[in-house]
Amino acid sequence: MDQKIRVLVAKPGLDGHDRGAKIVARALRDAGMEVVYTGLHQTAEMIVETAIQEDVNVIGLSLLSGAHMTLFIDVTKLLKEKGLDDVLVIGGGIIPEEDVSKLKKAGVSGVFGPGTHCDDIVEFIRKNVKK
Amino acid sequence: MFDKNKMINIKKKKDEWSKECYLKHIKNHPERKKKFNNLSSIDIKSVYDPDDISHLDFYDHIGFPGDYPFLRGIHPTMYRGRLWTMRQFSGFGSAEETNKRYKYLLKHGETGLSVAFDYPTLYGYDTDHTLSRGEFGKCGVAISSLNDMEILFNGIPIDEVTTSMTINGPAAIVWAFYIANAENRGISIKRIGGTIQNDILKEYIAQKSFIFPPEPSMRLIVDTFEYGYKEVPRWNTISISGYHIREAGSTAIQELAFTLGDGVEYVKWAIKRGLKIDDFAPRLSFFFNAHNDFFEEIAKYRAARRIWAQEMKKLGAKKDRSLYMRFHTQTAGCSLTAQQPEINIARVTMQALSAVLGGTQSLHTNSMDEALALPSAKAARIALRTQQIIAEESGVTNTVDPLGGSYYIEWLTDKMVEETYKYFDKVEKLGGVIPAIEKGFFQREIAESAYRYQKEIDSKDRIMVGVNKYQMDEPIEIPILKMDEKGEERQINRLKKLRKNRNNSKFERNLSNLRSAAKGDKNLMPIILECVHSYATLGETCDVLREVFGEYKEPAIY
Repeated sequence: MDQKIRVLVAKPGLDGHDRGAKIVARALRDAGMEVVYTGLHQTAEMIVETAIQEDVNVIGLSLLSGAHMTLFIDVTKLLKEKGLDDVLVIGGGIIPEEDVSKLKKAGVSGVFGPGTHCDDIVEFIRKNVKK
Repeated sequence: MFDKNKMINIKKKKDEWSKECYLKHIKNHPERKKKFNNLSSIDIKSVYDPDDISHLDFYDHIGFPGDYPFLRGIHPTMYRGRLWTMRQFSGFGSAEETNKRYKYLLKHGETGLSVAFDYPTLYGYDTDHTLSRGEFGKCGVAISSLNDMEILFNGIPIDEVTTSMTINGPAAIVWAFYIANAENRGISIKRIGGTIQNDILKEYIAQKSFIFPPEPSMRLIVDTFEYGYKEVPRWNTISISGYHIREAGSTAIQELAFTLGDGVEYVKWAIKRGLKIDDFAPRLSFFFNAHNDFFEEIAKYRAARRIWAQEMKKLGAKKDRSLYMRFHTQTAGCSLTAQQPEINIARVTMQALSAVLGGTQSLHTNSMDEALALPSAKAARIALRTQQIIAEESGVTNTVDPLGGSYYIEWLTDKMVEETYKYFDKVEKLGGVIPAIEKGFFQREIAESAYRYQKEIDSKDRIMVGVNKYQMDEPIEIPILKMDEKGEERQINRLKKLRKNRNNSKFERNLSNLRSAAKGDKNLMPIILECVHSYATLGETCDVLREVFGEYKEPAIY
């Protein structure tokens, strides 16, 4: 039997908007994945540390405050530094189109804005996860 | 509400109509759906008639505007006397940039100000704190000291315009910045008007910008109530908010019930402190969301007025003003779509209209681009114009509570009252609001509703135009607000200068006074004011309180 995909849903920084993160966490769990939710107010170090501890395949970052260009990229940089190249990073939130390509270049493989169907996130993870 | 004999006839007629007309008709022409329901999942019938509201008493349950139970409005004339305050929530980048936006909005006819703070400010950190990284000015303006507040309101007549400030954890300190700024400008603090949100309970429940644990947070709030009615009598010292509960995914009924429940909790704490209800209650205010289901929203505001008046009476209020459920409304940010952003103007219009028909005292209309970024100046202006069209073109302001007496609206209003009391009972059984928060009750209720709503959209049981129907495959082209990249640097330099130039021995003495006062039970407002007058920063002042009060940590549940 296939091993379950393990996902860390994380809320970096001070942003308190957690509706999206919680919905995605539930949707991924309902799709059969193992989900760990960090809760609020995580630094990049805390997120990467938890990702290592929990041995996850995917990190899902959620941020609606507009600080994604700093805080998402802090996480992808730190992952690279730690040699965690096999972790798929995706992100969601209030993210203008022009930031999406920059984030992708920085290692956030999928970016999901408002109006995303939960199944699209599930499908994206299944297709792109490195196991 | 109706004559008994007439009701018997109406019921008879209704049965006939149902059998001979309605059921026959739907046999050949079925309705579009098997079930129609609103956003709170209440089943809605095909038509409402006197029978649905015959249990209501006109005087006890509906009545006249400006008269108990105030369901139809808190003032006898409502918008015939004075329009609602057009108050656009706004703030971004540095105090300088936001000051320009305020002047722009006032120039275009805005009648009140509303400050959005960035996350570091909301959590009581200065811009140069490590946890502020990346957040400067991002979803509001950065205010780290009295100095920033001075710049924010530079050239704005704060003795004429009222200001609402969305600030909770550090509300007492940010309010002190505002008061101190007025004092420094030679404006009597008896004359300044406005609102601090100052509603910590819904922070634990939904918005999540809390700092301290419940007990000391409630103490600070009661301190502001007391200081407010004595010293700053035109200030609303709290805005008990359902907005964020709704944005976090609750239903309209949950929004209504949790908000009013929080309101009652604050009143109980203030009474426990020894405050007289009729002294502080007139300065309590509320804040609700205007979401998509038009009639449900209108019923919600009406129900809120009746419940609040009833509950305040039970708690011993005698003055009419203590019974008023005065409220601000903001259209639902979470209902906006990133797809085809221009159509958000239509959504916002409907939502704003529901707030007006529901008797709001002030209103924020969202900008069309808010699912993508902070609003551009043009988008914000169009949002303001939407209110002006409702106010000055539509004619809906000609009479008070124009939907009063509608069978459907009256039935739905009463239904929402009934459902709210069911929630009150549930919370009571859990030991009250704070124990229910600690048990995660509200958080779970909201998460369930949010997930259900999302699944309904995913399965197309609920339509979002442009998202799951009428989609267009084209890139989103809308100008996005650009912020001054130098703002953060300027702010950090300003903080450095401030720390160097202030009278540091006075500042240290004040902070140490605050530390000892926080350990006792004296009202902290006067000493907080002394701290901010000596240019203690937001972060420094909050650090002292963090040291004494500790910090709140929430369990990560989803």
